[in-house]
Amino acid sequence: MYHTNMYEGMLAETITMRGAKGDVINAYYARPLGPGPFPGMVAIHHAPGWDEWYREATRKFAHHGYAAISPNLYFRDGHGTPEDVGAKVRAAGGVPDDQAVGDVEGAMRYLRSLPYVNGKVGVFGTCSGGRHAFLVACRVKGFDAAVDCWGGRVVMSKEELTAKQPVAPIDYTKDLPCPLLGLFGAEDKSPSPEQVAQHEQELKKHGKTYEFHMYSQAGHGFFYYDRPAYRQEQAVDGWKKVFAFLEKHLRTSAK
Amino acid sequence: MCTMIVQQAAIDGSGKGTQGWFTVRQINVSYDHPYHVPLEHALNIDFVNEAEGPGARVAVELSVQSARHLVQTIRAVLARAEAGGYLEGAR
Repeated sequence: MYHTNMYEGMLAETITMRGAKGDVINAYYARPLGPGPFPGMVAIHHAPGWDEWYREATRKFAHHGYAAISPNLYFRDGHGTPEDVGAKVRAAGGVPDDQAVGDVEGAMRYLRSLPYVNGKVGVFGTCSGGRHAFLVACRVKGFDAAVDCWGGRVVMSKEELTAKQPVAPIDYTKDLPCPLLGLFGAEDKSPSPEQVAQHEQELKKHGKTYEFHMYSQAGHGFFYYDRPAYRQEQAVDGWKKVFAFLEKHLRTSAK
Repeated sequence: MCTMIVQQAAIDGSGKGTQGWFTVRQINVSYDHPYHVPLEHALNIDFVNEAEGPGARVAVELSVQSARHLVQTIRAVLARAEAGGYLEGAR
């Protein structure tokens, strides 16, 4: 916990890293100054794009003592304002799951290569990023904690499957190797409370370690202070739960 | 986006974006998260020219009711133009 007599400093900048298939993509990276050791966090941006909120979230993780990286999953779709690039990806039906998984794995490997990271890395995402966080935690070895904030389409009908998203993430639940935190809004339509319950049932069935919190009077994206979906009380509590979960699972050095 | 409900169509026309007029080649119509209108989901229409990059975009985000009004209005105007004989030979 921060005290007013403590030194605090941070480095935050755009970097490049290797993502899926070894492609070079850019990423936003923030870390506390000092020798560490720091746990690592990958922050997966939401469907609207690699935007200012995600830069802020990345710095928030650094402020709380994490070496944090947010890869630009839309790097291959050209450059412009985050909205224009996000709209282009929206029109294309999103990015392929395999590509997103590869990019997030690359971000995890980048963190693990750093001398001041304590050997533990978590993953956080909201909206489509929440879905990606769960998906990558199931499919890639190397994550020690995962946070899925209102990730829609974890549960998918056969009709919703596409070439880019060929498997519903819920079908990978049995492979989840790390604890999962899920934050959801009871008024959300994607994921609906019924879909969240279905996912929870699957986690129970496979004996996974998880915490799910369903917030009343909140819908999709209740952390986003720049959107009408923002819910102050639920957002404050949600961030507390995120950091309590990460402290518990990432703060101890890996053996 | 979270619904992934989207459809594209090729079109011919011009749109006025932040850098002025440009040729639009495609419309991307989605029912998904908007960027600006204060709704969880909206009917989003992007008039774009992908050859000119992501910034060649004219965007509108509409409520469902507004989107239906837009469709009805376009149909009504085209019907009047057709009735008046203005569409003969039009592309």
